[in-house]
Amino acid sequence: MEIPYTVEARPDTGLYNAKVGIWLFLASEVMLFGGLFSAYVLLRVGAEPGTWPHGWQNIVLGTINTIVLALSAITTLMAWVACKVREFGKFKFFHACTLLLALTFLCIKFVEYSEHLNHYEIKLTDGRIADGDMVSNDPAQDHVVIKGRFDKTEMDLYDLRAQKEISETEITIPRSQIESMDNYGPWHNNYLALYYTLTGLHAMHILGGSIVIGYLWGPGRKLWKKDPERFTNRVEVSGLFWHFVDLVWIFLFPVLYLT
Amino acid sequence: MIMDAHVEQFPPYRKHDAHAHDDHGHEHHDPGFWAKYVFSTDHKVIGIQYGITALSFLFFGLMLMLLMRWQIAHPYKPVPFFGHILELLFQHPGIPNPAAGGVISSDLYNSFGAMHGTIMVFLGIVPLAFAAFGNYVVPLMIGAPDMVFPRVNMASYQAYFLGGLVMFVSFFIPGGAAQAGWTSYSPLATSIPTHGQLFWIIGMILLISSSLLGAVNFIATIIQLRAPGMTWMRLPWFVWTQFITAFLLLLAFPPLEAAAVMQLMDNVAHTSFFLPTGLAVGGHLANVSGGGSPLLWQHLFWFLGHPEVYVLILPAMGIVCEIIANNTRKPIWGYKALVYSVLAIGFLSMIVWAHHMYMTGMGTIISTFFQLTTMIISIPSVIILTCLFLSLWGGSIRTNTPMLFALAFLPMFGIGGLTGLPLGFNVSDIHLHDTYYVIAHFHYVVAPGTIFGLFAGVYYWYPKMTGRKMNEFWGRIHFWCSLIFMNLVFMPMFSQGMAGMLRRMADGGANYSAAVNSRAGGDVIGGLSPFIMSLHTPILWAAVCLGIAQIPFIINFFWSISHGEKVGDNPWESTTLEWQTPTPPPHGNFDHSPHVYRGPYEYSVPGHSTDFTPQNEPEVSTPASPKIPTTAH
Repeated sequence: MEIPYTVEARPDTGLYNAKVGIWLFLASEVMLFGGLFSAYVLLRVGAEPGTWPHGWQNIVLGTINTIVLALSAITTLMAWVACKVREFGKFKFFHACTLLLALTFLCIKFVEYSEHLNHYEIKLTDGRIADGDMVSNDPAQDHVVIKGRFDKTEMDLYDLRAQKEISETEITIPRSQIESMDNYGPWHNNYLALYYTLTGLHAMHILGGSIVIGYLWGPGRKLWKKDPERFTNRVEVSGLFWHFVDLVWIFLFPVLYLT
Repeated sequence: MIMDAHVEQFPPYRKHDAHAHDDHGHEHHDPGFWAKYVFSTDHKVIGIQYGITALSFLFFGLMLMLLMRWQIAHPYKPVPFFGHILELLFQHPGIPNPAAGGVISSDLYNSFGAMHGTIMVFLGIVPLAFAAFGNYVVPLMIGAPDMVFPRVNMASYQAYFLGGLVMFVSFFIPGGAAQAGWTSYSPLATSIPTHGQLFWIIGMILLISSSLLGAVNFIATIIQLRAPGMTWMRLPWFVWTQFITAFLLLLAFPPLEAAAVMQLMDNVAHTSFFLPTGLAVGGHLANVSGGGSPLLWQHLFWFLGHPEVYVLILPAMGIVCEIIANNTRKPIWGYKALVYSVLAIGFLSMIVWAHHMYMTGMGTIISTFFQLTTMIISIPSVIILTCLFLSLWGGSIRTNTPMLFALAFLPMFGIGGLTGLPLGFNVSDIHLHDTYYVIAHFHYVVAPGTIFGLFAGVYYWYPKMTGRKMNEFWGRIHFWCSLIFMNLVFMPMFSQGMAGMLRRMADGGANYSAAVNSRAGGDVIGGLSPFIMSLHTPILWAAVCLGIAQIPFIINFFWSISHGEKVGDNPWESTTLEWQTPTPPPHGNFDHSPHVYRGPYEYSVPGHSTDFTPQNEPEVSTPASPKIPTTAH
């Protein structure tokens, strides 16, 4: 006996098997990201007043990435439509666009991560805080150079939205005056921990989705000649996953960048 | 006539290409040992793989328990015989041996405690109850050729195996396995300076992924692959329990995965998700950014943890229901009530989790809410148990080994369930929280409850897997010894817990009670009386006997494969579809899709020639419907 409904829909459910599977999988993904978002809510609500960072992200890059993913959602849909009307050339074009857009997204994400990781908060022995991008941190030299500014307390660093003009200069700090030095990695505070965890997990989903779409675009296209209906179903299922990943970003962007 | 109309709406199964046909159709095509038994995509082989791996882990968990019981009864005395093995196993150059001289150190005891829980729950019972029985039986029961995604099914087993391997290996790394309890509460879990917790988290992420793949597969299979005529209300109740269990795994496990990812970040990337400001470890301020919430871990853990309880119990209830219907030779009482109850449990189990957290200081309003939902969820549980009890009434009961285990399940689960009520009320929980009372309560649910249900299932479906019955005499020995010693192990723990004995004390409370009694001058509330402490010894020997009582089962299990009594395709004279196939069922299960004409429990139908009417037997009143060949003899 064969496994039925691998391609055609079961009459009483109106769905083929893989479509049921992907929707169930997405339900569990909702719970996975739901767990992380609820952690975000709990930690943000529980933070000391005034210590939750605002305006720490590059909103321009974030907006570009939002547009990139929105475009990729359109191309994914068009790729499926192309399969439905049996125009394989268009499928190849649209999913090539999807893959390029995914790559663009990941590159921009990489740039954002490196910017954060190169950003340092340096506590000096006299109580002042220097905050800015690292210019020179050569262990052979007895000083570090950052491009940034001095602050009196850490509280000045949290809400950058109110500080329209931040004058940044090159500051040279002798190592003897440094009490502690910490870059903006996930260990820096809970906001950044959530930022790296949420966007990192999301980026891994983008990567996973790209691999699947890349497979269908590349070696997986052999199925098109044999069974175009089945191939179209695969494009649809991978597309559903892709739309979910896009949707997660639509939540991540305001939560991490805009508020 | 209505039946026929229903059947006709299903088109004949599509044979889409010749290649796939080759894989299934020709039995003489031998795929070789590795493809057939190790990298198999056949749900029956995967079910057996799950079953044997899970039974091995259950036995391993039992061994850990015996070592812990020795330590509790004889704190810091060398373990007879096994002590030297432990000493050899845990030797690492440059660090003190945690089992030096055959004595279990407190650290090692903590490891054993944490891993006993983890192994029993995540590597033993869930894989056996859900994955093993579900894989083997569900597709057969619904008349499907296989699980809907066979390769996903194989990946699920492989992820489980890998996760088990990571957990097992963690015992032998320097520093040993995780020590923070099976609940792995932060900040304790992050503060212990060994790598056991890292292995635990990685193992858990693999196990969660495994059960996620399994859950998707089960739900999609039950939705999509039911045979023509197998409507929802004709599903055997066991399939319903597996269906709800799969939903619980699908939706409750991901938040724990999220929590595991965050604890991994706390461990590896030095974040502070669960580490509060001002955390001191070993008397020194920890070098963390702070601002985290230990309560967050508990919420996310128990959001899985409580549905998990129903993941453990529902499949066992399903097995018991099948066996009771079969051995009372009458329809199960209140089939619809059972179905709606299991649906209600599935929903309610998602909103009771914080009754594990009354003592965390999360607030009385929240406690009241969760106390209410906890009391409500006991209603569908009681309905299920009542239906199963009432099913016995007026039946001509056959007492074979599976039925004995199934019958014992009812009162044992009853004890476990009723003793849970004082824990569900937050006032009485203040006294009982984290004591041996809790241990006794949930072990009654899981050990003589779920595990008895699972034993019943092994004895019941064994003839379908092998074509032979397990030995009845040794089955009874196994049953009676297990029943007696289970109770001797767990019953005294209720009184120990009510007397105030706390869980997780590496010396069984010797130091604790000595300190309290010397300060207050003897037998006071809070201190443990000599009588309570003296119960440790009989519990130890009952536990040892319980271990020995499993030997007949193990021998019987392997011996019967070649020496058991040979039986036909339907030795228990059952109605459900898994017995209407050849034994053991071939790849693809059925030669033709079976058509289902009736409900699952049509036993002793008046006017019928036998006292059971299989689900695929056509209505006698409609002679027009064609006789469909269902089995290939």
